[in-house]
Amino acid sequence: MEAFNLVPWIVFFPVIGLVLNAAVGRRVGERGSALIAIGAAAGALVISVLQFLSLIAHPQGAVINLADWIHIGTLQVPWAFRVDTLSVTMMLVVSVVGTLIHIYAAGYMHYDVRYKEDTASYARFFVYMNLFIAAMMILVSGDSYLTLFVGWEGVGLCSFLLIGFWYARNPDGKHGTLNAQAGKKAFVANRIGDLGILLAMFMIFWAFGSLSFDAVLPHAEAAAPWVIVLITLAMLLGVTGKSAQLPLYVWLPDAMAGPTPVSALIHAATMVTAGVYLVARSAPLFSAVPAAQTTVALVGGLTALFAATIAVGQSDIKKVLAYSTISQLGFMVAAVGLGAYVAGMFHLVTHAFFKALLFLGSGSVILALERAHHPLDGKHDHASPPAAHAEHFDPQDMRIMGGLRKQIPLTFWVYLVGALALSGLPPLAGFFSKDEILADALQANPLVYVLLTLAAFLTAFYMGRQVLLVFFGKPRSHAAEKAVESPRVITSPLIALAALSVFGGLINLPGLHSFTSWLEHTLGHELAHATEFNVIVALLSTLLALGAIYLAWTLYGRNPLKEHQADPLQARLGAVFTGMQNKWWVDEFYAWLIIRPYQRLAAFLADVVDWRFLHDWVHDSLITNGFRGLARFLANPVDLGVIDGIANGLAAAATGSARVLSLFQTGFVRNYALVTFLGVVLVLGYLVFSI
Amino acid sequence: MVPVSYYFALSAILFALGALGVLVRRNAIIVFMSIELMLNAANLLFVAFARSYESLNGQIYVFFVIAVAAAEVAVGLALIVAIFRTKQSIDIDAISSLKG
Repeated sequence: MEAFNLVPWIVFFPVIGLVLNAAVGRRVGERGSALIAIGAAAGALVISVLQFLSLIAHPQGAVINLADWIHIGTLQVPWAFRVDTLSVTMMLVVSVVGTLIHIYAAGYMHYDVRYKEDTASYARFFVYMNLFIAAMMILVSGDSYLTLFVGWEGVGLCSFLLIGFWYARNPDGKHGTLNAQAGKKAFVANRIGDLGILLAMFMIFWAFGSLSFDAVLPHAEAAAPWVIVLITLAMLLGVTGKSAQLPLYVWLPDAMAGPTPVSALIHAATMVTAGVYLVARSAPLFSAVPAAQTTVALVGGLTALFAATIAVGQSDIKKVLAYSTISQLGFMVAAVGLGAYVAGMFHLVTHAFFKALLFLGSGSVILALERAHHPLDGKHDHASPPAAHAEHFDPQDMRIMGGLRKQIPLTFWVYLVGALALSGLPPLAGFFSKDEILADALQANPLVYVLLTLAAFLTAFYMGRQVLLVFFGKPRSHAAEKAVESPRVITSPLIALAALSVFGGLINLPGLHSFTSWLEHTLGHELAHATEFNVIVALLSTLLALGAIYLAWTLYGRNPLKEHQADPLQARLGAVFTGMQNKWWVDEFYAWLIIRPYQRLAAFLADVVDWRFLHDWVHDSLITNGFRGLARFLANPVDLGVIDGIANGLAAAATGSARVLSLFQTGFVRNYALVTFLGVVLVLGYLVFSI
Repeated sequence: MVPVSYYFALSAILFALGALGVLVRRNAIIVFMSIELMLNAANLLFVAFARSYESLNGQIYVFFVIAVAAAEVAVGLALIVAIFRTKQSIDIDAISSLKG
């Protein structure tokens, strides 16, 4: 059965959901609002599955034209949906993870809106979430770079809206604007990347005369290599923005200001992988120019290692995961840069599962502490001791956690699954995908292989450190002691994702390569090559991961952290750990390099150029005085002199002549008679004497 | 037969007297009568020339003049009566309200 014609509904369902929620979301209550949103996401999921089933029967896919969009000269862009193995892979990831996270968010936001004392925002959250699903679906289903770009910008907008969801608060829950600033930072960093995409699109249109994938990708050899290099490097800029790579990654850690389901959906599983999808989609372009490929791979490898070192030094549970996401995105970007498109996409899929699981798990941990700290359910009375509220309480700080495996066992077990999957231990999903990337890297670029292997080691270490800090040892705060397990609506998506994290690797088992042959329909045989399973690489990375976990255990497991005790790494690594903790001062460096000069320039422009020059001098002196002078000139000599002179002169002439002429009007009849008489005499005299 | 020049002279004297009366007298009735005198001086000359040239044209003009003079008398006397009613005087220098 072919269901390709149904593909526009992957966008329409979320749009219907968001319109419904925007219109009646507040009136139908939290349950209704959540059901609408989940229904919309599930509708998209059903359509995605139908596409998948249709593709099994007809693996060549289809392009579904929905409407004419742009017709300008030779530029013709229809709004078309592209159904092929690559786009349907993304559709499935987005809709599966998206639906699960929608379910989770229905429970999570119930608490979050109450802690933020703004229950009216519940429906607003799901409006944004459905908008995100719609935009992401446009991104992955677009048949041209321009439709892809619409989705690209749409998800950026949703990211901005959802990072700043609690725009009137700081990440610690107090009133402030830090959340909104984090949203702004993400938006600005993404705009820089978007510039790259725009430039790439301009050059593609210039070189190929079209933006449609079918018109560009099969003819990559037709264009000059240097044009392709420029196109791919401009695209790389966009990828570094959206997929949080060096040097534009700085927005992603701050994006953790958004509610946790957002971090899981947008900033771990789907949106940030758009860059990887873009490179995989443009595979023929990248494969045509090895120089650009090497650049992409190096950017990915360096990002993977760099972010992993920072993740080691973080104490915020979500910040660790954020840097881990950047690091894992580095793996994917490195993979697609090395030409291992299948490995990159494979890691994208598995990472979506276990990173969404980890984020949602961390949300469950945060919620457990928050609910223990100030309960909402009425078991404790609402007037908790004021001291508890007055003291600083950060439910995301791993230093106040500890021992949570006893309080919240379900969360612990699923979190452990996610952490082990991320660390790359067999037979979990992360092992297969990461290993495929490493094997490819060893073949293609040993330097990148070394970078990635080191990053993989650190990954296992920081995940071990996190799990040990959060779940093992003794509770290091009152809230951690009293932590309560989250309700079923929150834990059931966790279980589903844990299952996916365990079995996700099955889609591309070494030897079977089912995912490779699946993507081969889109990428072609040459680009979708299957790398031989490298036993040494696999063994080495597994041993490294085990070693890292053991190292973490010696540091954090054998002697669990006490309350207010400094991190044991501080003593062993000293300045290096301080650097990791402070994110290598990259934000400060950017502030010094870009933001402060920019602000100084802005201050200069505002103060000197705008205020003093334009306002004080040009406006106040030049224009005002010039205008005043002109007005005075027009008023005095021109208006009073010339215009009034004409009018007054006419008046004076009239009155003067009237005065003279009125002398003749004596009123005496005899005078008139005399004049008439004399006149007659004159006329007669003239007549008589002129003859 | 009295020569026509005698009539001419008499007519001129009468016309001059009439014109003088119109110009110098202030009594409206007298001004009026002076106008009649001028008209009749003209009539006299018409008749004299008509007789002299043996043409009836002059006689006919005289009839017209007399008819017009009769109408003028009617209008003029009415005006004088109206002026007298408003000004209690028929001094024509008293009706000088159109003075500029």
